[in-house]
Amino acid sequence: MSAAGKPAPRKLPGSLDTNRRLDRWLRINRNETITVYPGKVEYGQGILTAFTQIVAEELDVKLARIQVARTDTSYSPDEGTTAGSRSLQEGGEALRHASAEARQLLLDKAARQLGVSLEQLTVDDGLITARSGGSVSYWKLASDDLLAREASGDAAPKSPALHTIVGASAPRLDFPGKMTGAPSYIQDLDRPGMLHGRVVRPPSYGARLLELDEAGVRAMPGVRAVVRDGNFVGVVTDREDQAVRALNRLRRTTQWEEQATLPETLDPRFLLQEASKDEVVSEIRDDTAAAGAATRLQAEYTRPYIAHASLGPSCALARMDGNRYHIWTHSQGVYPLRKDLAALLDTSEENIVVEHHEGAGCYGHNGADDAALDAALLARAAPGNVVRVQWMRDDEFAWEPYGPAMVVRMDAQLDGSGNVVDWRHDVWSNGHTARTNWQSATRNSTLLAARHLAQPLPPPAPANPPLPAGGAQRNAIPLYVFPNQRITNHYIERAPLRVAALRSLGAHTNVFALESFLDELALVAGADPVEFRLRHLKDARARAVIEAAATLAGWRSREKGNGTRGRGIGFARYKSQAAYAAVIVEVEIAGDVRVCRAWSAIDAGLTVNPDGIINQTEGGIIQAASWTLKEQVRYEPERVLTRGWADYPILTFSEAPVIEVKVVNRPDEMTLGAAEAVQGPTAAAIGNAVCNAIGVRLRDMPFTRERVLAALA
Amino acid sequence: MSIALNVNGQTRNVTADPETPLLYVLRNDLQLKGARFGCGTGHCGTCTVIIDGKAVPSCDLPVSAASGKAITTLEGLATNGTLHPLQQAFLDEQAAQCGYCVSGIIMAAKALLDANPQADDAAIRAALNGNLCRCGTHHRILRAVRRAAATAGGAQ
Ligand code: FES
Ligand code: FES
Repeated sequence: MSAAGKPAPRKLPGSLDTNRRLDRWLRINRNETITVYPGKVEYGQGILTAFTQIVAEELDVKLARIQVARTDTSYSPDEGTTAGSRSLQEGGEALRHASAEARQLLLDKAARQLGVSLEQLTVDDGLITARSGGSVSYWKLASDDLLAREASGDAAPKSPALHTIVGASAPRLDFPGKMTGAPSYIQDLDRPGMLHGRVVRPPSYGARLLELDEAGVRAMPGVRAVVRDGNFVGVVTDREDQAVRALNRLRRTTQWEEQATLPETLDPRFLLQEASKDEVVSEIRDDTAAAGAATRLQAEYTRPYIAHASLGPSCALARMDGNRYHIWTHSQGVYPLRKDLAALLDTSEENIVVEHHEGAGCYGHNGADDAALDAALLARAAPGNVVRVQWMRDDEFAWEPYGPAMVVRMDAQLDGSGNVVDWRHDVWSNGHTARTNWQSATRNSTLLAARHLAQPLPPPAPANPPLPAGGAQRNAIPLYVFPNQRITNHYIERAPLRVAALRSLGAHTNVFALESFLDELALVAGADPVEFRLRHLKDARARAVIEAAATLAGWRSREKGNGTRGRGIGFARYKSQAAYAAVIVEVEIAGDVRVCRAWSAIDAGLTVNPDGIINQTEGGIIQAASWTLKEQVRYEPERVLTRGWADYPILTFSEAPVIEVKVVNRPDEMTLGAAEAVQGPTAAAIGNAVCNAIGVRLRDMPFTRERVLAALA
Repeated sequence: MSIALNVNGQTRNVTADPETPLLYVLRNDLQLKGARFGCGTGHCGTCTVIIDGKAVPSCDLPVSAASGKAITTLEGLATNGTLHPLQQAFLDEQAAQCGYCVSGIIMAAKALLDANPQADDAAIRAALNGNLCRCGTHHRILRAVRRAAATAGGAQ
């Protein structure tokens, strides 16, 4: 019983728990369709297609009947942010149970109307038929009040054994439009009379505006407004090309005073000199086992800052009428963004509508939310007009929040039989998340423009989500069973570069370190890397994906590289609680390291859309290969130097591997997100393959030609 | 200034500063959103269109320089409601994740296959090197272009 004397509401599955009304999620339409209202958003991961599969399955209707409403604060359920591969667990579960309950309500009503018992009824594509004859459709039964109630949680979803839509590959709903040039992204939105805005960012983080030639810009063709608020400068014009011309002029003529605020070195080891808060996140002790230690090994692994580098730079539209705003955004969280905007724009949340439109793939928290604030600030200068703000490529590179740099130190002992008896893993990093999360007490805002205003609101220190998911410490705790282990997170509060969640957060580096080090130990122990992993693993699902990947790749025990080619493996259970994935890669080294082939086995529980998982896994492998081989944000003490694709090469078509993925379906297990599972395993597999090929261990990402040559020298 | 453009077989007149990048004219004046802004500097290929048979970035090409030439955008590929074999192959292979790169890639692939219908894997990879895909869909995209090449090659 709660304090008020009412029974605490029953815990409901996924996001249904916090958005309990059925009509928040579903609408059965008289025109023989069903509308789904997700709070999770699409950013290229195919989530909306998976949602339609779940709903069609539970309601026994054809996929084509399901429509998806865009996420919008005026009617959508509040599911926070779309991140961390939690969409199927949260939004998917909510929809599964809401649909099962809707089906139950429809059946109950049909049974009453037809005067038969429930057992008499079957459903086929929305038509309910009684065995004794007589039928009625969902579309006839549906009334406005039918779903106007809280979910009871009493309707059980279908047994996976009965699934015909879930578990089969469904083609993506959004692809026909995208393949024919239909407007598909926020960048394509156009409104009659829409104005165009550009923000003139400072040249560097610490820069202060000295002089702005407003009059000169105002005289340019098409210029409607020049906005200045502290160090925030923007321009609004009639046409987009005019906005770019005004931007270029302002960039040339505006005077700034810069300061050196960035690290002196690109080497992530600067983190080791920073003040840190240290926390032991896992400790296991067994002194008897420790006494058997015979050989000790230590190694240090690093990753630099990495850019999300979305192919479509951030974009947003906004309109202000009085104190009301309408915002069009590709944010991953329309409700949290609305909260921040209300505080920053000095209005209430009810006065702001935030409407989601898909952007280009974002891989985490990029400039999407920042662009929304930019657009709102510029829209104030043109009341009643829609203002579209498009970030330029150099702004995206220079100002997006990066995936943090990290240092990981490993230290382990083997006993005389080559078993790990002691294992230490130490992580140094900033926090990995900086989501909008307005707190009136602290008045910090993560939104970029907030720190540039005349009344600046500084950013809060990046934080880490708690374990088991974790942020910097994500996947630092091994799934392997070691008799002694100590895992320590050295949290560094001061963030000289802007950072935020990048696909897989700390898991990319922690798994890279852990799984590379495991191979280093296997080498000392004279063991085959696959056997050495299995030796230390109890979890049957973990063992199964490693074995499946080895079979898929035709792995041979203790296989040897030939001096230019070699293979390696990496494994992890993402977030220690999501999908299991093993990756094997083959590399070829001719100066540059090239990943020519990759094989992966992935277990994401009950599979919703197998081709969707394969697509995400292939993409994860290629992106992780790109991070690991090539990527690094460059800066000097005053400013970020990475401004364009020429400064930030990513994997190209000539360099892309051939990939085979095996999905291990587990119909009796909970569906787990799969989109981030292979980032760490791929990085480790590449490092292990390089060592297998040429006998040298690369511990600092990226594995550039210079690093390979230095390691060989 | 009024500029006449030949886009997807039609003459379109636009009023724009002659230095305006063709991409902005296509997207904003002609409402053809298939070519997309990715960098504005010719480095990513999202804005690729075909001009007189060649795949070129439209983001750093002044609109005046495109006047009098045959411009094809993604919107111009389907004929009478039938998808171009490349579009069909991309659908058949589900060759996208976010898809932001795809329109430029289809245009680059079309220019290649028009000139060399039998293009092999190496030629396809080389032709697509100016197009970036951040989602890592390369593997599938290559499969889709090979599939279209096989269809086109078989039809010769
Ligand atoms: S937008 Fe034209 S090449 Fe990038
Ligand atoms: S599919 Fe997203 S950039 Fe290629």
